Amino acid sequence: MSAKVPAAAGHVAARRTSLPRRLHRLRGWLFISPWLIAFAVFDFIPTAAAFVLSLTNWSGISGRFEYVALDNYRELLEDRLFWKSLWNTVYYTFISVPLGLAVAFVLALLLNSRIRGQTVYRTLYYLPSVVPTVAASVVWLWIFDTRRGILNYLLGLVGIPPIHWLTSPQWSKNALIIMSLWTIGGTVLIYLAGLQDIPQELYEAAEVDGANTFQKITRITIPLMTPTIFFNLVIGIIGSFQVFNVAFITTGGGPVNSTLFYMLYLYNNAFSYFRMGYASAMAVILFLLVLVLTICVYRSSGRWVHYA
Amino acid sequence: MWRWLERSCLYLILSAGSVVMLIPLLWALSTSLKTLDQINAWPPRWIPDPIAWSNYVDIFNKLPFGRYLLNTAVIVAASEVGALITCSLVAYGFAKLDFPGREVAFILLLSTLMMPYVVRLIPLFLIYSQIGWINTFLPLTVPELLGRNAFFIFLLRQFFRGIPQELSDAARIDGCGDLGIWWRIMLPLSKPVLAAVAIFAFQSAWDDFLGPLVYMGGNPELRTLAVGLYILRNVPGQLPMIHYLMAASMLMILPVLAMFALSQRFIIQGITLTGLKG
Repeated sequence: MSAKVPAAAGHVAARRTSLPRRLHRLRGWLFISPWLIAFAVFDFIPTAAAFVLSLTNWSGISGRFEYVALDNYRELLEDRLFWKSLWNTVYYTFISVPLGLAVAFVLALLLNSRIRGQTVYRTLYYLPSVVPTVAASVVWLWIFDTRRGILNYLLGLVGIPPIHWLTSPQWSKNALIIMSLWTIGGTVLIYLAGLQDIPQELYEAAEVDGANTFQKITRITIPLMTPTIFFNLVIGIIGSFQVFNVAFITTGGGPVNSTLFYMLYLYNNAFSYFRMGYASAMAVILFLLVLVLTICVYRSSGRWVHYA
Repeated sequence: MWRWLERSCLYLILSAGSVVMLIPLLWALSTSLKTLDQINAWPPRWIPDPIAWSNYVDIFNKLPFGRYLLNTAVIVAASEVGALITCSLVAYGFAKLDFPGREVAFILLLSTLMMPYVVRLIPLFLIYSQIGWINTFLPLTVPELLGRNAFFIFLLRQFFRGIPQELSDAARIDGCGDLGIWWRIMLPLSKPVLAAVAIFAFQSAWDDFLGPLVYMGGNPELRTLAVGLYILRNVPGQLPMIHYLMAASMLMILPVLAMFALSQRFIIQGITLTGLKG
């Protein structure tokens, strides 16, 4: 509006032109509206409802339920299997995630060196990661077979007696950890992407100063890779706390509940014992655990993650 | 001399590792083509003789895998449409349109990425059973069609942001609306990320197990491949069926491997995109 127009008229004119313009500015909401609806209906309401359901004794079969306050939580504290499933999950997470991160890091370093056939190797290492988890679990069930499995056969060739991979409580969790290492290809690729970003001049400068390979890795590569390591760590923890398919299909939680992971026990409570309220309380606790763990990792990251 | 030794070691380790990665798949493939007495033979043979191709026919008689395949295809189709159309439209809104509240909405979007899915599992079961969606395709198709997948939106938005604003401005001067810009500028320029998203959508729908099991597992007509494989594994006396089990697993694995072979460039690009800080 030009300044010569009287103030009142200018104001009216401005409003007339700006209403469509203001609506035009809001068209972004139109574009994101499908997601917004999906978010409200399939994310926000269910998440809020989980907290409410955890205070009820809903069975999942009938539509009726009563408010039971914190009874579910109180009962969980005394539930031996709850603690067992939590321990199994913590054990699995605290071994498989760091181990996977370390093995993937070494593989990425090897793959990043100037080698022939880099693409072929990269493809081969990533290949297991595209295998559907249900199919992969069935395949590994057969690999771990005590009597006729290929793993015990290969170990037998070097004189190791047969191991009861999935049928003994001592080995079952470790067997599933070994299986998780088979699918570290995705982590390797993310590391490789991070390694490409490290300026080559840094290594050249270090070489001029007489640094050896080991020093270059510990002084340059690892510090500059910490943001990527951090990313993989957070993703790894969140995924691993929710491990379900593998154990559900291979062992069903056994033997002697040694692979009864948190998600498995939650599933059993909800869909086998029809205690949806109780299972919701477990879901809420898992949500808080993952949240606290992620926050802890974030807070510690200030001390070990270097951002350029 | 040292240099040569170092390089040989490198190749040796990498090759040995690749073999370890491949063994489970080769072992499953080999077993899927064996007869029962070949499976029991000790020491195990890698190449079956004779090759029992009939295992792959037999599994279709054991369980309706044709039907399972169709059901899986429905879910895959819904997630492809949701990913490529809905998610990319939403991503366009986040990447290229400036509107009040955009930052808040985007933070909400990111927060769903960190949310354990288990929290929603039971309340959604309640909601779906109230509106009569249990044992129908709807719980697995409607959310996908609405673009619930925050990860795809995020990937697409990151890519769209990298497309120069001048291109959109030029199109706007030529009379293109937002839909036109999305269709004529964004999509044609985003082929790598669209390919990656299409592949991820395929993989996640093909691989989904808990969703189909919980929300439609009660209806045998609606079982997917993943649920069917689980059913086959749990048929009583499962050990003698191991060749069928492996054949059914390969049935689920081979299409994914074929797709991977055709598009591994895009997959690796896609994974690489996810690792970049956002």
